[in-house]
Amino acid sequence: MSNLLALSGVNTRIGHYHILQGVDFVVPQGGLTILLGRNGAGKTTCLRTIMGLWKASAGCIDFDGADIVGRSTPAVAQLGIGYVPESMGIFAGLTVRENLTLAARAGPIDQGRLDWMFGLFPALKKFWQLPAGFLSGGQKQMLAIARAMIEPRKLLLVDEPTKGLAPAIIAHMVDAFRELKRTDTTILLVEQNFNFARALGDTVAVMDSGRIVHSGNMSELAEDEALQQRLLGLSLDAHQ
Amino acid sequence: MSLAKDALPVARLDKIPLALIPVIAAAALPLIPSLPTWVTLTVAGLAMGMMIFIMASGLTLVFGLMDVMNFAHGAFITIGAFVATSVLLPLAGWTQADSLWRNLAALLLAILASMAVTGALGVAFERVIIKPVYGQHLKQILITMGGLIVAEQLIIAIWGPDMIALPKPATLRGSFIYGDIAIEKYRVLAVLVGLAVFAAMFLVLNRTRVGLLIRAGVEDSEMVESLGYRIRRVFIGVFAAGSALAGLGGVMWALYQETVTSAMGMQVMILIFIVIIIGGLGSVGGCFIGSLLVGLVANYVGFLAPKVALGSNILLMVLILLWRPQGLYPVAKR
Repeated sequence: MSNLLALSGVNTRIGHYHILQGVDFVVPQGGLTILLGRNGAGKTTCLRTIMGLWKASAGCIDFDGADIVGRSTPAVAQLGIGYVPESMGIFAGLTVRENLTLAARAGPIDQGRLDWMFGLFPALKKFWQLPAGFLSGGQKQMLAIARAMIEPRKLLLVDEPTKGLAPAIIAHMVDAFRELKRTDTTILLVEQNFNFARALGDTVAVMDSGRIVHSGNMSELAEDEALQQRLLGLSLDAHQ
Repeated sequence: MSLAKDALPVARLDKIPLALIPVIAAAALPLIPSLPTWVTLTVAGLAMGMMIFIMASGLTLVFGLMDVMNFAHGAFITIGAFVATSVLLPLAGWTQADSLWRNLAALLLAILASMAVTGALGVAFERVIIKPVYGQHLKQILITMGGLIVAEQLIIAIWGPDMIALPKPATLRGSFIYGDIAIEKYRVLAVLVGLAVFAAMFLVLNRTRVGLLIRAGVEDSEMVESLGYRIRRVFIGVFAAGSALAGLGGVMWALYQETVTSAMGMQVMILIFIVIIIGGLGSVGGCFIGSLLVGLVANYVGFLAPKVALGSNILLMVLILLWRPQGLYPVAKR
Protein backbone atom coordinates (compact mmCIF):
# COMPACT_ATOMS: atom_id res chain seq x y z
CA MET A 1 0.00 0.00 0.00
CA SER A 2 1.47 3.42 -0.98
CA ASN A 3 1.61 6.33 1.38
CA LEU A 4 -0.66 9.31 0.75
CA LEU A 5 0.99 11.43 3.43
CA ALA A 6 4.52 11.24 4.77
CA LEU A 7 6.08 13.50 7.39
CA SER A 8 9.83 13.47 7.77
CA GLY A 9 11.83 15.48 10.27
CA VAL A 10 9.01 17.99 10.78
CA ASN A 11 9.73 20.70 13.34
CA THR A 12 7.24 23.33 14.46
CA ARG A 13 7.91 26.23 16.80
CA ILE A 14 5.18 28.34 18.37
CA GLY A 15 6.74 31.46 19.83
CA HIS A 16 9.58 30.31 22.05
CA TYR A 17 8.23 26.76 22.30
CA HIS A 18 9.68 23.97 20.18
CA ILE A 19 6.59 21.74 19.87
CA LEU A 20 7.31 19.27 17.06
CA GLN A 21 10.88 18.05 17.26
CA GLY A 22 11.45 15.97 14.15
CA VAL A 23 8.19 14.13 13.51
CA ASP A 24 8.35 11.17 11.12
CA PHE A 25 5.37 9.03 10.19
CA VAL A 26 3.35 7.94 7.19
CA VAL A 27 -0.35 7.62 6.42
CA PRO A 28 -1.05 4.78 3.99
CA GLN A 29 -3.46 5.39 1.13
CA GLY A 30 -7.03 4.27 1.85
CA GLY A 31 -6.39 3.42 5.50
CA LEU A 32 -7.28 4.92 8.84
CA THR A 33 -4.26 5.97 10.83
CA ILE A 34 -4.56 6.87 14.47
CA LEU A 35 -2.25 9.41 16.07
CA LEU A 36 -2.14 8.66 19.79
CA GLY A 37 -0.39 10.37 22.65
CA ARG A 38 -0.72 12.07 25.99
CA ASN A 39 -2.05 15.62 26.36
CA GLY A 40 0.57 18.04 25.15
CA ALA A 41 2.41 15.44 23.08
CA GLY A 42 2.00 17.55 19.93
CA LYS A 43 -0.84 15.73 18.12
CA THR A 44 -2.97 18.80 17.43
CA THR A 45 0.12 20.77 16.42
CA CYS A 46 0.91 17.99 13.99
CA LEU A 47 -2.48 18.30 12.25
CA ARG A 48 -2.31 22.09 12.25
CA THR A 49 1.16 21.95 10.73
CA ILE A 50 -0.07 19.64 7.97
CA MET A 51 -2.91 22.11 7.27
CA GLY A 52 -0.48 25.03 7.14
CA LEU A 53 -2.14 26.72 10.11
CA TRP A 54 1.25 26.67 11.79
CA LYS A 55 4.37 26.72 9.66
CA ALA A 56 6.89 23.93 9.89
CA SER A 57 10.31 25.39 10.60
CA ALA A 58 12.06 22.34 9.18
CA GLY A 59 11.27 19.00 7.58
CA CYS A 60 9.14 17.77 4.75
CA ILE A 61 5.43 17.00 4.49
CA ASP A 62 4.82 14.98 1.35
CA PHE A 63 1.19 14.77 0.28
CA ASP A 64 0.30 12.83 -2.84
CA GLY A 65 3.78 13.37 -4.25
CA ALA A 66 4.19 17.07 -3.45
CA ASP A 67 5.93 18.82 -0.56
CA ILE A 68 3.27 21.03 1.05
CA VAL A 69 5.47 22.76 3.63
CA GLY A 70 5.15 26.53 3.24
CA ARG A 71 1.85 26.36 1.35
CA SER A 72 -1.02 28.44 2.63
CA THR A 73 -3.92 26.75 4.42
CA PRO A 74 -6.38 27.31 1.52
CA ALA A 75 -3.82 25.87 -0.91
CA VAL A 76 -3.42 22.78 1.29
CA ALA A 77 -7.20 22.36 1.58
CA GLN A 78 -7.58 22.71 -2.18
CA LEU A 79 -5.30 19.69 -2.65
CA GLY A 80 -8.14 17.61 -1.23
CA ILE A 81 -7.55 17.63 2.50
CA GLY A 82 -10.54 17.96 4.83
CA TYR A 83 -9.92 19.12 8.38
CA VAL A 84 -12.04 18.75 11.51
CA PRO A 85 -10.36 20.69 14.35
CA GLU A 86 -10.64 19.80 18.01
CA SER A 87 -12.99 22.78 18.48
CA MET A 88 -15.04 21.43 15.52
CA GLY A 89 -14.95 24.89 13.88
CA ILE A 90 -18.70 24.98 13.36
CA PHE A 91 -20.13 28.30 12.17
CA ALA A 92 -22.71 28.69 14.93
CA GLY A 93 -24.64 31.53 13.28
CA LEU A 94 -24.97 29.67 9.98
CA THR A 95 -27.58 26.98 9.49
CA VAL A 96 -26.63 23.33 8.98
CA ARG A 97 -27.46 23.82 5.29
CA GLU A 98 -25.22 26.90 5.05
CA ASN A 99 -22.35 25.15 6.84
CA LEU A 100 -22.46 22.35 4.28
CA THR A 101 -23.07 24.66 1.31
CA LEU A 102 -19.95 26.62 2.19
CA ALA A 103 -17.90 23.44 2.41
CA ALA A 104 -18.99 22.36 -1.09
CA ARG A 105 -16.45 24.49 -2.92
CA ALA A 106 -17.12 23.08 -6.38
CA GLY A 107 -20.71 24.35 -6.45
CA PRO A 108 -24.11 23.04 -5.38
CA ILE A 109 -24.03 20.05 -3.03
CA ASP A 110 -24.29 16.73 -4.86
CA GLN A 111 -27.69 15.30 -3.87
CA GLY A 112 -26.47 11.70 -3.85
CA ARG A 113 -23.62 12.57 -1.52
CA LEU A 114 -25.95 14.57 0.69
CA ASP A 115 -28.35 11.63 0.96
CA TRP A 116 -25.42 9.39 1.87
CA MET A 117 -24.36 11.92 4.51
CA PHE A 118 -27.92 12.04 5.89
CA GLY A 119 -27.79 8.25 6.12
CA LEU A 120 -24.66 8.55 8.27
CA PHE A 121 -25.92 11.46 10.35
CA PRO A 122 -29.77 11.64 10.29
CA ALA A 123 -29.79 14.52 12.79
CA LEU A 124 -28.36 16.82 10.12
CA LYS A 125 -31.44 16.30 7.95
CA LYS A 126 -33.75 16.98 10.87
CA PHE A 127 -31.99 20.22 11.80
CA TRP A 128 -31.20 21.29 8.22
CA GLN A 129 -32.52 24.85 8.63
CA LEU A 130 -31.42 25.38 12.23
CA PRO A 131 -28.40 27.54 13.14
CA ALA A 132 -25.60 25.15 14.01
CA GLY A 133 -25.11 26.86 17.35
CA PHE A 134 -28.32 25.19 18.55
CA LEU A 135 -27.02 21.66 17.92
CA SER A 136 -25.80 19.40 20.73
CA GLY A 137 -22.11 18.57 21.05
CA GLY A 138 -22.51 15.25 19.25
CA GLN A 139 -24.57 16.80 16.47
CA LYS A 140 -21.95 19.52 16.02
CA GLN A 141 -19.28 16.85 15.69
CA MET A 142 -21.41 15.08 13.08
CA LEU A 143 -21.80 18.34 11.19
CA ALA A 144 -18.05 19.01 11.38
CA ILE A 145 -17.29 15.59 9.88
CA ALA A 146 -20.05 15.91 7.27
CA ARG A 147 -18.69 19.31 6.30
CA ALA A 148 -15.22 17.92 5.79
CA MET A 149 -16.66 15.11 3.64
CA ILE A 150 -19.43 16.85 1.71
CA GLU A 151 -17.17 16.66 -1.32
CA PRO A 152 -14.82 13.74 -1.95
CA ARG A 153 -11.51 14.41 -0.20
CA LYS A 154 -8.29 12.49 -0.57
CA LEU A 155 -7.41 12.85 3.09
CA LEU A 156 -9.47 13.62 6.16
CA LEU A 157 -7.75 14.99 9.29
CA VAL A 158 -9.89 14.68 12.42
CA ASP A 159 -8.81 15.96 15.82
CA GLU A 160 -10.31 14.12 18.83
CA PRO A 161 -13.83 13.49 17.49
CA THR A 162 -14.96 11.74 20.68
CA LYS A 163 -13.94 14.50 23.09
CA GLY A 164 -16.78 15.22 25.49
CA LEU A 165 -19.26 12.91 23.77
CA ALA A 166 -21.58 10.40 25.46
CA PRO A 167 -20.82 6.66 24.93
CA ALA A 168 -23.89 6.20 22.71
CA ILE A 169 -22.75 9.02 20.43
CA ILE A 170 -19.22 7.59 20.36
CA ALA A 171 -20.65 4.23 19.20
CA HIS A 172 -22.48 6.10 16.44
CA MET A 173 -19.21 7.80 15.49
CA VAL A 174 -17.49 4.43 15.21
CA ASP A 175 -20.19 3.31 12.76
CA ALA A 176 -19.86 6.53 10.79
CA PHE A 177 -16.09 6.24 10.48
CA ARG A 178 -16.43 2.59 9.42
CA GLU A 179 -18.77 3.77 6.67
CA LEU A 180 -16.28 6.46 5.65
CA LYS A 181 -13.53 3.83 5.50
CA ARG A 182 -15.63 1.86 3.03
CA THR A 183 -15.40 4.82 0.63
CA ASP A 184 -11.60 4.40 0.55
CA THR A 185 -11.07 7.83 2.07
CA THR A 186 -7.73 8.07 3.80
CA ILE A 187 -8.16 9.25 7.37
CA LEU A 188 -5.71 10.53 9.96
CA LEU A 189 -7.42 10.64 13.31
CA VAL A 190 -6.02 12.13 16.50
CA GLU A 191 -7.52 10.35 19.46
CA GLN A 192 -7.03 9.74 23.18
CA ASN A 193 -9.85 7.22 23.57
CA PHE A 194 -7.94 3.97 23.03
CA ASN A 195 -11.05 1.82 22.65
CA PHE A 196 -12.30 4.10 19.86
CA ALA A 197 -8.86 4.08 18.26
CA ARG A 198 -8.59 0.28 18.50
CA ALA A 199 -12.01 -0.21 16.92
CA LEU A 200 -11.14 1.86 13.86
CA GLY A 201 -7.40 2.12 13.31
CA ASP A 202 -5.47 0.24 10.64
CA THR A 203 -2.16 1.81 11.53
CA VAL A 204 -1.03 3.84 14.51
CA ALA A 205 1.61 6.39 15.41
CA VAL A 206 2.25 7.31 19.02
CA MET A 207 3.63 10.73 19.92
CA ASP A 208 5.43 11.87 23.02
CA SER A 209 7.11 15.22 23.64
CA GLY A 210 6.91 16.28 20.02
CA ARG A 211 8.32 13.06 18.54
CA ILE A 212 6.92 9.81 17.17
CA VAL A 213 7.91 7.08 19.63
CA HIS A 214 6.13 4.18 17.94
CA SER A 215 4.46 3.43 14.64
CA GLY A 216 3.04 0.26 13.16
CA ASN A 217 -0.18 -1.70 12.79
CA MET A 218 -2.94 -0.99 15.27
CA SER A 219 -3.55 -4.71 15.79
CA GLU A 220 -0.01 -5.14 17.14
CA LEU A 221 -0.45 -2.35 19.66
CA ALA A 222 -3.95 -3.53 20.59
CA GLU A 223 -2.63 -6.99 21.47
CA ASP A 224 0.44 -5.85 23.39
CA GLU A 225 -0.64 -4.46 26.76
CA ALA A 226 2.92 -3.99 27.93
CA LEU A 227 3.62 -1.83 24.89
CA GLN A 228 0.42 0.13 25.50
CA GLN A 229 1.45 0.73 29.08
CA ARG A 230 4.94 1.82 28.07
CA LEU A 231 3.78 4.14 25.30
CA LEU A 232 0.59 5.56 26.71
CA GLY A 233 1.02 4.95 30.44
CA LEU A 234 -1.53 6.51 32.73
CA SER A 235 -3.40 8.07 29.86
CA LEU A 236 -4.77 4.63 29.00
CA ASP A 237 -6.50 4.29 32.37
CA ALA A 238 -7.77 7.80 32.15
CA HIS A 239 -9.27 7.56 28.71
CA GLN A 240 -10.64 4.04 28.34
CA MET B 1 -46.00 10.81 16.05
CA SER B 2 -47.71 14.19 15.87
CA LEU B 3 -47.17 16.55 12.98
CA ALA B 4 -45.89 19.22 15.36
CA LYS B 5 -43.25 16.84 16.63
CA ASP B 6 -42.25 15.96 13.05
CA ALA B 7 -41.95 19.60 12.01
CA LEU B 8 -38.41 20.67 11.23
CA PRO B 9 -37.01 23.30 13.57
CA VAL B 10 -36.08 26.53 11.83
CA ALA B 11 -34.18 29.61 12.94
CA ARG B 12 -36.37 32.29 14.45
CA LEU B 13 -35.56 35.96 14.19
CA ASP B 14 -35.19 37.68 17.53
CA LYS B 15 -37.89 40.33 17.11
CA ILE B 16 -37.48 42.11 20.44
CA PRO B 17 -34.76 44.56 19.22
CA LEU B 18 -36.88 45.27 16.13
CA ALA B 19 -39.81 46.17 18.37
CA LEU B 20 -37.71 48.81 20.16
CA ILE B 21 -38.06 51.23 17.24
CA PRO B 22 -41.89 51.46 17.24
CA VAL B 23 -41.90 51.27 21.05
CA ILE B 24 -39.59 54.31 21.36
CA ALA B 25 -41.54 56.19 18.67
CA ALA B 26 -44.83 55.41 20.41
CA ALA B 27 -43.40 56.35 23.83
CA ALA B 28 -42.36 59.74 22.48
CA LEU B 29 -45.78 60.49 20.99
CA PRO B 30 -47.56 61.58 24.21
CA LEU B 31 -44.54 63.67 25.25
CA ILE B 32 -44.47 65.75 22.07
CA PRO B 33 -47.09 68.49 21.91
CA SER B 34 -48.36 67.95 18.37
CA LEU B 35 -48.61 65.11 15.86
CA PRO B 36 -46.95 67.09 13.02
CA THR B 37 -43.94 67.77 15.26
CA TRP B 38 -43.76 64.09 16.20
CA VAL B 39 -43.88 63.06 12.52
CA THR B 40 -41.19 65.60 11.62
CA LEU B 41 -38.95 64.42 14.48
CA THR B 42 -39.55 60.77 13.65
CA VAL B 43 -38.66 61.22 9.98
CA ALA B 44 -35.63 63.31 10.97
CA GLY B 45 -34.57 60.58 13.40
CA LEU B 46 -34.99 57.82 10.84
CA ALA B 47 -33.06 59.84 8.21
CA MET B 48 -30.25 60.55 10.65
CA GLY B 49 -30.22 56.89 11.65
CA MET B 50 -30.01 55.78 8.02
CA MET B 51 -27.04 58.05 7.36
CA ILE B 52 -25.29 56.80 10.49
CA PHE B 53 -26.01 53.24 9.34
CA ILE B 54 -24.43 53.88 5.94
CA MET B 55 -21.32 55.23 7.64
CA ALA B 56 -21.20 52.57 10.38
CA SER B 57 -22.07 49.41 8.44
CA GLY B 58 -18.64 49.17 6.83
CA LEU B 59 -16.88 49.58 10.16
CA THR B 60 -18.90 46.88 11.89
CA LEU B 61 -18.21 44.43 9.04
CA VAL B 62 -14.50 45.25 9.11
CA PHE B 63 -14.40 44.71 12.86
CA GLY B 64 -16.46 41.53 12.71
CA LEU B 65 -14.57 39.90 9.87
CA MET B 66 -11.06 41.22 10.34
CA ASP B 67 -11.07 41.94 14.08
CA VAL B 68 -9.65 45.36 13.24
CA MET B 69 -10.36 48.46 15.31
CA ASN B 70 -10.18 51.04 12.54
CA PHE B 71 -10.27 54.49 14.13
CA ALA B 72 -9.40 55.95 10.73
CA HIS B 73 -12.83 55.03 9.38
CA GLY B 74 -13.82 58.66 9.97
CA ALA B 75 -11.14 59.76 7.49
CA PHE B 76 -12.94 57.88 4.70
CA ILE B 77 -16.16 59.70 5.63
CA THR B 78 -14.37 63.04 5.41
CA ILE B 79 -12.62 62.17 2.15
CA GLY B 80 -15.95 61.05 0.66
CA ALA B 81 -17.45 64.42 1.57
CA PHE B 82 -14.55 66.40 0.13
CA VAL B 83 -14.52 64.40 -3.11
CA ALA B 84 -18.23 65.21 -3.35
CA THR B 85 -17.44 68.93 -3.11
CA SER B 86 -14.91 68.52 -5.92
CA VAL B 87 -17.61 66.96 -8.11
CA LEU B 88 -20.72 68.90 -7.07
CA LEU B 89 -19.34 72.45 -6.90
CA PRO B 90 -18.08 72.45 -10.51
CA LEU B 91 -21.42 70.89 -11.49
CA ALA B 92 -23.36 73.77 -9.92
CA GLY B 93 -25.19 74.20 -13.21
CA TRP B 94 -26.70 70.74 -12.73
CA THR B 95 -27.21 70.86 -8.97
CA GLN B 96 -28.92 74.25 -9.02
CA ALA B 97 -31.04 73.50 -12.10
CA ASP B 98 -34.74 73.03 -11.44
CA SER B 99 -34.60 69.50 -12.78
CA LEU B 100 -34.80 66.49 -10.50
CA TRP B 101 -33.01 64.27 -13.03
CA ARG B 102 -30.06 66.68 -13.45
CA ASN B 103 -29.82 67.03 -9.66
CA LEU B 104 -29.88 63.27 -9.16
CA ALA B 105 -27.37 62.72 -11.98
CA ALA B 106 -24.94 65.15 -10.34
CA LEU B 107 -25.50 63.50 -6.97
CA LEU B 108 -24.97 60.05 -8.47
CA LEU B 109 -21.72 61.18 -10.07
CA ALA B 110 -20.53 62.58 -6.74
CA ILE B 111 -21.48 59.37 -4.93
CA LEU B 112 -19.73 57.16 -7.50
CA ALA B 113 -16.58 59.32 -7.42
CA SER B 114 -16.52 59.36 -3.62
CA MET B 115 -17.06 55.62 -3.33
CA ALA B 116 -14.41 54.89 -5.97
CA VAL B 117 -11.82 57.11 -4.27
CA THR B 118 -12.54 55.91 -0.72
CA GLY B 119 -12.76 52.27 -1.86
CA ALA B 120 -9.36 52.50 -3.57
CA LEU B 121 -7.85 54.33 -0.59
CA GLY B 122 -9.34 51.63 1.64
CA VAL B 123 -7.44 48.92 -0.26
CA ALA B 124 -4.19 50.91 0.02
CA PHE B 125 -4.84 51.57 3.73
CA GLU B 126 -5.46 47.89 4.42
CA ARG B 127 -2.32 46.79 2.57
CA VAL B 128 0.02 49.41 4.03
CA ILE B 129 -1.36 50.31 7.47
CA ILE B 130 -3.61 47.49 8.68
CA LYS B 131 -1.89 44.37 7.34
CA PRO B 132 1.17 44.60 9.63
CA VAL B 133 -0.98 44.88 12.77
CA TYR B 134 -3.57 42.11 12.33
CA GLY B 135 -4.41 40.60 15.72
CA GLN B 136 -2.78 43.45 17.69
CA HIS B 137 -5.57 45.68 18.94
CA LEU B 138 -3.44 48.23 20.78
CA LYS B 139 -1.23 48.78 17.75
CA GLN B 140 -4.33 48.96 15.54
CA ILE B 141 -5.76 51.77 17.66
CA LEU B 142 -2.49 53.67 17.65
CA ILE B 143 -1.72 53.24 13.97
CA THR B 144 -5.25 53.93 12.73
CA MET B 145 -5.47 57.03 14.95
CA GLY B 146 -2.18 58.08 13.38
CA GLY B 147 -3.65 57.35 9.95
CA LEU B 148 -6.65 59.51 10.80
CA ILE B 149 -4.43 62.45 11.80
CA VAL B 150 -2.31 62.10 8.65
CA ALA B 151 -5.46 61.87 6.50
CA GLU B 152 -6.90 65.02 8.09
CA GLN B 153 -3.71 66.92 7.38
CA LEU B 154 -3.62 65.66 3.79
CA ILE B 155 -7.23 66.80 3.36
CA ILE B 156 -6.25 70.26 4.63
CA ALA B 157 -3.28 70.28 2.23
CA ILE B 158 -5.48 69.33 -0.75
CA TRP B 159 -8.77 71.12 -0.04
CA GLY B 160 -7.58 73.85 2.35
CA PRO B 161 -8.31 74.45 6.04
CA ASP B 162 -11.60 76.31 5.61
CA MET B 163 -15.07 74.91 5.89
CA ILE B 164 -16.63 74.38 2.45
CA ALA B 165 -20.31 75.08 1.91
CA LEU B 166 -22.09 72.32 0.01
CA PRO B 167 -25.67 73.29 -0.76
CA LYS B 168 -28.24 70.60 -1.42
CA PRO B 169 -29.34 70.19 -5.05
CA ALA B 170 -32.22 72.55 -5.82
CA THR B 171 -35.02 70.00 -6.02
CA LEU B 172 -33.92 68.29 -2.80
CA ARG B 173 -34.37 71.46 -0.75
CA GLY B 174 -37.61 72.25 1.02
CA SER B 175 -40.25 69.89 2.30
CA PHE B 176 -43.21 67.81 1.30
CA ILE B 177 -46.23 69.36 3.03
CA TYR B 178 -49.19 67.21 4.11
CA GLY B 179 -51.59 69.45 6.07
CA ASP B 180 -49.61 70.54 9.12
CA ILE B 181 -46.92 67.93 8.57
CA ALA B 182 -43.69 68.96 6.84
CA ILE B 183 -41.21 66.30 5.78
CA GLU B 184 -37.86 67.45 4.40
CA LYS B 185 -37.24 66.08 0.90
CA TYR B 186 -33.57 65.35 1.57
CA ARG B 187 -34.48 63.29 4.63
CA VAL B 188 -36.77 61.15 2.51
CA LEU B 189 -33.89 60.62 0.09
CA ALA B 190 -31.59 59.70 3.00
CA VAL B 191 -34.14 57.11 4.22
CA LEU B 192 -34.43 55.65 0.71
CA VAL B 193 -30.66 55.46 0.23
CA GLY B 194 -30.24 53.91 3.68
CA LEU B 195 -32.91 51.31 2.96
CA ALA B 196 -31.31 50.54 -0.40
CA VAL B 197 -27.89 50.05 1.24
CA PHE B 198 -29.40 47.83 3.94
CA ALA B 199 -31.34 45.78 1.37
CA ALA B 200 -28.22 45.37 -0.78
CA MET B 201 -26.11 44.31 2.21
CA PHE B 202 -28.85 41.96 3.41
CA LEU B 203 -29.11 40.32 -0.01
CA VAL B 204 -25.36 40.02 -0.47
CA LEU B 205 -24.84 38.62 3.03
CA ASN B 206 -27.78 36.21 3.01
CA ARG B 207 -28.30 35.24 -0.61
CA THR B 208 -24.82 34.96 -2.10
CA ARG B 209 -21.83 32.72 -1.62
CA VAL B 210 -19.62 35.74 -0.90
CA GLY B 211 -22.05 36.73 1.84
CA LEU B 212 -21.90 33.24 3.27
CA LEU B 213 -18.10 33.49 3.28
CA ILE B 214 -18.21 36.86 5.03
CA ARG B 215 -20.63 35.62 7.70
CA ALA B 216 -18.56 32.51 8.27
CA GLY B 217 -15.36 34.58 8.29
CA VAL B 218 -16.80 36.87 10.96
CA GLU B 219 -17.20 33.79 13.19
CA ASP B 220 -14.03 31.83 12.44
CA SER B 221 -11.73 32.97 9.64
CA GLU B 222 -9.23 30.18 10.29
CA MET B 223 -11.89 27.54 9.64
CA VAL B 224 -12.93 29.29 6.44
CA GLU B 225 -9.33 29.02 5.26
CA SER B 226 -9.29 25.36 6.26
CA LEU B 227 -12.21 24.83 3.89
CA GLY B 228 -10.04 26.12 1.05
CA TYR B 229 -11.08 29.76 0.77
CA ARG B 230 -8.59 32.61 0.64
CA ILE B 231 -10.17 34.74 3.34
CA ARG B 232 -7.51 37.46 2.97
CA ARG B 233 -8.98 38.36 -0.41
CA VAL B 234 -12.40 38.61 1.20
CA PHE B 235 -10.82 40.84 3.89
CA ILE B 236 -9.53 43.25 1.24
CA GLY B 237 -12.90 43.29 -0.53
CA VAL B 238 -14.77 43.96 2.70
CA PHE B 239 -12.35 46.70 3.71
CA ALA B 240 -12.75 48.34 0.29
CA ALA B 241 -16.55 48.04 0.49
CA GLY B 242 -16.57 49.36 4.07
CA SER B 243 -14.44 52.35 3.05
CA ALA B 244 -16.63 52.99 0.01
CA LEU B 245 -19.73 52.93 2.22
CA ALA B 246 -18.02 55.43 4.52
CA GLY B 247 -17.47 57.60 1.44
CA LEU B 248 -21.15 57.32 0.53
CA GLY B 249 -22.10 58.18 4.10
CA GLY B 250 -19.76 61.18 3.93
CA VAL B 251 -21.56 62.50 0.84
CA MET B 252 -24.99 62.05 2.42
CA TRP B 253 -23.91 63.54 5.76
CA ALA B 254 -22.18 66.52 4.10
CA LEU B 255 -25.30 67.38 2.07
CA TYR B 256 -27.40 66.94 5.22
CA GLN B 257 -25.18 69.41 7.12
CA GLU B 258 -24.53 71.50 3.97
CA THR B 259 -20.97 72.06 5.14
CA VAL B 260 -17.77 70.06 4.89
CA THR B 261 -14.87 70.28 7.35
CA SER B 262 -11.73 68.21 7.81
CA ALA B 263 -12.95 67.15 11.28
CA MET B 264 -16.44 65.98 10.28
CA GLY B 265 -15.50 62.30 10.11
CA MET B 266 -13.91 62.36 13.54
CA GLN B 267 -16.96 64.14 14.99
CA VAL B 268 -19.38 61.52 13.74
CA MET B 269 -17.17 58.59 14.82
CA ILE B 270 -18.52 58.79 18.37
CA LEU B 271 -22.03 58.10 17.10
CA ILE B 272 -20.71 55.34 14.86
CA PHE B 273 -18.95 53.57 17.72
CA ILE B 274 -22.09 53.83 19.86
CA VAL B 275 -24.14 52.32 17.03
CA ILE B 276 -21.88 49.34 16.37
CA ILE B 277 -21.56 48.60 20.08
CA ILE B 278 -25.35 48.78 20.55
CA GLY B 279 -25.93 46.58 17.52
CA GLY B 280 -23.38 43.92 18.48
CA LEU B 281 -19.88 44.15 17.01
CA GLY B 282 -19.88 42.66 13.52
CA SER B 283 -23.66 42.52 13.14
CA VAL B 284 -25.07 44.43 10.16
CA GLY B 285 -28.68 43.91 11.28
CA GLY B 286 -27.79 45.10 14.78
CA CYS B 287 -26.00 48.10 13.32
CA PHE B 288 -29.14 48.98 11.34
CA ILE B 289 -31.42 48.80 14.39
CA GLY B 290 -28.85 50.58 16.56
CA SER B 291 -28.53 53.41 14.02
CA LEU B 292 -32.28 53.98 13.90
CA LEU B 293 -32.51 53.93 17.71
CA VAL B 294 -29.68 56.46 18.01
CA GLY B 295 -31.24 58.70 15.34
CA LEU B 296 -34.68 58.64 16.96
CA VAL B 297 -33.44 59.15 20.52
CA ALA B 298 -31.16 62.03 19.45
CA ASN B 299 -34.06 63.82 17.77
CA TYR B 300 -36.70 63.20 20.45
CA VAL B 301 -34.38 64.11 23.33
CA GLY B 302 -32.96 67.06 21.39
CA PHE B 303 -36.49 68.44 21.15
CA LEU B 304 -37.73 67.53 24.64
CA ALA B 305 -34.60 68.22 26.70
CA PRO B 306 -31.88 69.87 24.61
CA LYS B 307 -29.49 70.07 27.57
CA VAL B 308 -29.26 66.29 27.89
CA ALA B 309 -29.29 65.61 24.14
CA LEU B 310 -25.53 65.10 24.00
CA GLY B 311 -25.60 62.40 26.65
CA SER B 312 -28.77 60.68 25.47
CA ASN B 313 -27.03 58.28 23.11
CA ILE B 314 -24.47 57.31 25.74
CA LEU B 315 -27.38 56.62 28.10
CA LEU B 316 -29.10 54.57 25.40
CA MET B 317 -25.93 52.53 24.93
CA VAL B 318 -25.56 51.95 28.67
CA LEU B 319 -29.19 50.81 28.99
CA ILE B 320 -28.94 48.43 26.05
CA LEU B 321 -25.66 46.97 27.28
CA LEU B 322 -27.16 46.44 30.74
CA TRP B 323 -29.96 44.52 29.03
CA ARG B 324 -27.83 42.76 26.41
CA PRO B 325 -24.11 43.02 27.21
CA GLN B 326 -23.09 41.71 23.76
CA GLY B 327 -25.35 44.17 21.92
CA LEU B 328 -28.74 43.69 20.28
CA TYR B 329 -27.64 40.96 17.86
CA PRO B 330 -24.44 39.36 19.15
CA VAL B 331 -22.30 37.66 16.54
CA ALA B 332 -21.20 34.14 17.42
CA LYS B 333 -17.44 33.91 17.71
CA ARG B 334 -15.37 30.80 18.13
